[in-house]
Amino acid sequence: MKTIYLLVPLAPLVGSILAGLFANVLGRAGAHTVTSLGVAISFILSVIIFQDVQAGHTFNGTVYQWMESGGLKLEVGFMIDQLTVLMMLVVTFVSLMVHIYTIGYMAHDEDNWPEGSKAGTNSYQRFFSYISLFTFSMLMLVMSNNFVQLFFGWEAVGLVSYLLIGFWSVRETAIYANLKAFLVNRVGDFGFLLGIGLIAAYAGSLDYVTVFGKAKELATMTEAVTGWPLITAVCICLFIGAMGKSAQFPLHVWLPDSMEGPTPISALIHAATMVTAGIFMVSRMSPLFELSDTALSLVILVGAITTLFMALIAIVQTDVKRVVAYSTLSQLGYMTMALGASAYSVAIFHLMTHAFFKAVLFLGAGSVIIAMHHEQDMRKMGGLRKYMPITYFTMLIGAIANAGLPPFAGFFSKDSIIEAVHLANVPFAGFAYFCALAAVFVGGLYSFRLIFFTFHGDERFRHAAEHHGDHGHGHDAHHDAHDDHGHHGPVEPHESPKVVTVPLILLSIPAIASGWLIGTVLYGNWFGSAISIADTHKAMATMAHEFHGIFGMMSHGVMTLPFWLAISGAATAWYLYIVRPDLPAVIKQKLAFPAMILEEKYGLDRFNDWFFAGGARGVGRGLWKAGDQVLIDGVMVNGSAGAVGWFAGLTGMIQSGRIYRYALAMLFGVVAFLSLWRA
Amino acid sequence: MNQQLLSLAIWVPILGALPVFWAGSDRRCLVRWLALAVAVAGFLVTIPLYTGFDPKIAGMQFVEQAPWIPRFNVQYFLGVDGISMPFILLNAFITVMVVLAGWEVIEEKQAQYMGAFLVMSGLMNGIFSALDGVLFYVFFEASLIPMYIIIGVWGGPNRVYAAIKFFLYTLLGSLLMLVALLWLFLESRGSFNILDWQQLQIGMKPQILIFIAFLVSFAVKVPMWPVHTWLPDAHVEAPTGGSVVLAAIALKLGAYGFVRFSLPIVPDAAHYMANFMITLSLIAVVYIGFVALVQTDMKKLIAYSSISHMGFVTLGFFIFNQLGIEGALVQMISHGFVSGAMFLCVGVMYDRVHSRQIADYGGVVHTMPKFAALFVFFAMANSGLPATSGFVGEFMVILGAIKANFWLGFLAATTLILGAAYTLWMIKRVVYGPVGNHHVAEMQDISGREFLFLALLALCVLGMGLYPFPFTEVMHASVDNLLKHVAVSKL
Repeated sequence: MKTIYLLVPLAPLVGSILAGLFANVLGRAGAHTVTSLGVAISFILSVIIFQDVQAGHTFNGTVYQWMESGGLKLEVGFMIDQLTVLMMLVVTFVSLMVHIYTIGYMAHDEDNWPEGSKAGTNSYQRFFSYISLFTFSMLMLVMSNNFVQLFFGWEAVGLVSYLLIGFWSVRETAIYANLKAFLVNRVGDFGFLLGIGLIAAYAGSLDYVTVFGKAKELATMTEAVTGWPLITAVCICLFIGAMGKSAQFPLHVWLPDSMEGPTPISALIHAATMVTAGIFMVSRMSPLFELSDTALSLVILVGAITTLFMALIAIVQTDVKRVVAYSTLSQLGYMTMALGASAYSVAIFHLMTHAFFKAVLFLGAGSVIIAMHHEQDMRKMGGLRKYMPITYFTMLIGAIANAGLPPFAGFFSKDSIIEAVHLANVPFAGFAYFCALAAVFVGGLYSFRLIFFTFHGDERFRHAAEHHGDHGHGHDAHHDAHDDHGHHGPVEPHESPKVVTVPLILLSIPAIASGWLIGTVLYGNWFGSAISIADTHKAMATMAHEFHGIFGMMSHGVMTLPFWLAISGAATAWYLYIVRPDLPAVIKQKLAFPAMILEEKYGLDRFNDWFFAGGARGVGRGLWKAGDQVLIDGVMVNGSAGAVGWFAGLTGMIQSGRIYRYALAMLFGVVAFLSLWRA
Repeated sequence: MNQQLLSLAIWVPILGALPVFWAGSDRRCLVRWLALAVAVAGFLVTIPLYTGFDPKIAGMQFVEQAPWIPRFNVQYFLGVDGISMPFILLNAFITVMVVLAGWEVIEEKQAQYMGAFLVMSGLMNGIFSALDGVLFYVFFEASLIPMYIIIGVWGGPNRVYAAIKFFLYTLLGSLLMLVALLWLFLESRGSFNILDWQQLQIGMKPQILIFIAFLVSFAVKVPMWPVHTWLPDAHVEAPTGGSVVLAAIALKLGAYGFVRFSLPIVPDAAHYMANFMITLSLIAVVYIGFVALVQTDMKKLIAYSSISHMGFVTLGFFIFNQLGIEGALVQMISHGFVSGAMFLCVGVMYDRVHSRQIADYGGVVHTMPKFAALFVFFAMANSGLPATSGFVGEFMVILGAIKANFWLGFLAATTLILGAAYTLWMIKRVVYGPVGNHHVAEMQDISGREFLFLALLALCVLGMGLYPFPFTEVMHASVDNLLKHVAVSKL
């Protein structure tokens, strides 16, 4: 069975290497065939492994020894259990869909490159190479049985994310966004690495099973130098890593900007898989997190803030991809809240349903963007429903699932999170419950706003040409970048080709139906020992007690607050964008200040640019000029060279070679000598 | 044959340089191929050092011992352990890269250029294998001369200032080392044997004085803050090959000195001074990281980045645990590959545009996609990305530092952010974006020769990142032995 585990990540890696290094030999068709084939192999094998795990065959073993030092044995190895295999299925399935979709989406990528750019000649192959490399990295991350490999996968997905956000490297906004993404993630990784370091120092191992086995022991220790309770310090450090990767407030700032990358990767990396790595990691570490209520309350607090405040920004966005991006942030916040409520299985369940419906939303948005010739501004869309019915219906499914209405997938997972947060007993759980509920309303509003604004109402793209350039969104420089290559003027939208619509349809099926698995995944002890929950955290146990099948859950659901909040959110969107489309502008005028706060994204980007980016450059310049140039080189180095020169000059003056000066000096000397001698 | 391997490693390149000089710069084709043949031969003779190395032995292997100046008991005494052996291979390998890099771009006095590098390569091998104090000192000082000449003759416009600054800085440092060596000679009743010195019982005061004497010499070489300012100047003025050797090998000499002399000979002083050394190291990591961020000259940026990375090396040595010391050694090897490759990359661009200024570039990926891929790869290694060699050493040192004291690890780990910031910000401005100007628009992608040396280095970086086991395996016994030795007081 070990070979088959190895094949899962290696198949996409081989595809990636072939497509990357032999781009010219393989050509376009060759490149997308080998990469898609690699991912398809890995998906099929994941299904086989899934069935094997269902039959009770879990695995934990070493592939090779990476290094050994100081008593620390570091290995590359796999741990295959329910948690892993679920992630493998989600990753390979969404990745496969995205591979197929990309064939259509990137078909005319040469148009996105300046004339004569050699990087543009095989960008198509390169793109496939990158997404396959991503699949490999993500699989290494989820399949790992130790912290080092986890960190390797963690950083490798970050690398591919960097390469893909900046894929259209001629755009200043894209290469700003990818640098920002990498650096913000590195801030998270900084914490993550410290957490790993603490584990290595105190547990003496970085192997999951060994470390989890020592968890109880670790919980009694304090960090020697700082005096912190060790397990809390470890968990908070690890969670900082999760905050970076899973874009939690205040490290979320990179995700909206990452929309500069091509849409398929927004779906694959920045919605369905990579950004959920943090959620996966915390679930994997549940034996540690369960031992620190302090860490859990931080988790639930950060999740709550992200859920509500990011959802609010989504309301004012006009770029179709950015709406979905902020929606992703909010949904990631939900997952994080679930983690804080010790409902790890619920978080993973929402991770799965979200992967499907968010992939649908992103790929649908991409389909719209192709139809609109790379226009992303929803104010220049409208009424697209009749031109692109498949895109419309699949996106509608995604939006309903996102809003959390039954019987779509999002309902089951999101409702369970809200219930788990409600039942949680860690500090900040009350605040989190409020945020969760409020965000349901906002979620209904922005999801349906997206649908109504894009697919219903006036066909604004017909007169987009006249309005071009007068929108008040100037601070978001990315619009200008898109304008460089976009084709403006009236366009005749049409449905996208099959390579685009088929993945949409295939993804929208689980976007509807995956929620129905709730009974099995959450309440049948399906995760087994992969997730552990302390006895004091009773949310999951209570929910399992109250669960009476999916129909019971739905009939109960429609009588509870979240359902009606989502419905009223949707109704508000309907009223504002279908019935009275003139109202949003009026509201925005009346509520200018809150609107500005939201459009400024709470000013975080500005603050970061000024304080961190500017501050670091200021410090660097200060140390360089004042420290290196003035103090060290000026005073110490050239100063001592100067002193030597000055002293040489002085002694040189004495030895002038003129007899009368020597005579005078001798005279003075004799006089001084005699006067001293007399005394 | 097995007995003279180290002599071969030293003398093959040095004696091989003679025919290169003799061939003369008029016969450029002959000179190049001769130099390449000598460099490759120099590399080949070092391979048995690895294959024949017994990782279970903590002491010296491949020992050669013969009297040299009997009057003062000076010996021609060579040997390597798990600490020094990898550097001989690294040095011989880098020499091949340097010869390849200077293939076409050096137009004046090519025979002397190639010869100087070959001689230097042999001398560096001498430093890493000398077990006699005087022999070490002779190699150590002699290696200054070719580097001084390389910077002074084939350097940039300000080369004389840089060459003299380099020479004086390092010479002043090593004079104090000579005093320490002589003191040890007297104290050991007439022995220059470094291994004998390691067994000496020395009082605390003389230990501290000896430590300081060595420190001044080695700190300049590493270079440690605040005696680092010669390095950016030297790099900026040095030709590409000079920068490569300087970064990849010459900087390692100082660090090597700490593990060969300071730690085992005066362990009590080393412990006593550890906090001081750690402080200087962390200043190098953090302070220099910030300084690197604002550099406008690519070579200066990489030079500062080198200082910052070498801060990890000295940090690793002075936290006195196995992870720290082995991590430091791994970091030294990795830095040899990565910084060498980074300087070669800058050289490749400099040969085309004749500028090192970041502002003179932009959008290089559009004209040199192959090169850009390699450059970005090395940049990622420079920012310590896992699966590259750059990660392994930093990771081990950070782990070791956290084990010693959480806050040390905390400060050291800031390199994760700073290192990525300065490296990738440079990449953003140089490689990405629209084509900056007509010079960039006219750049030709790398030739087969340039691809060869960059790809070879990339393979080393990747191989060491994916499978560092063999590197640490050879070090274990020697490092273990060193740590045990250092733990015993000599008072």
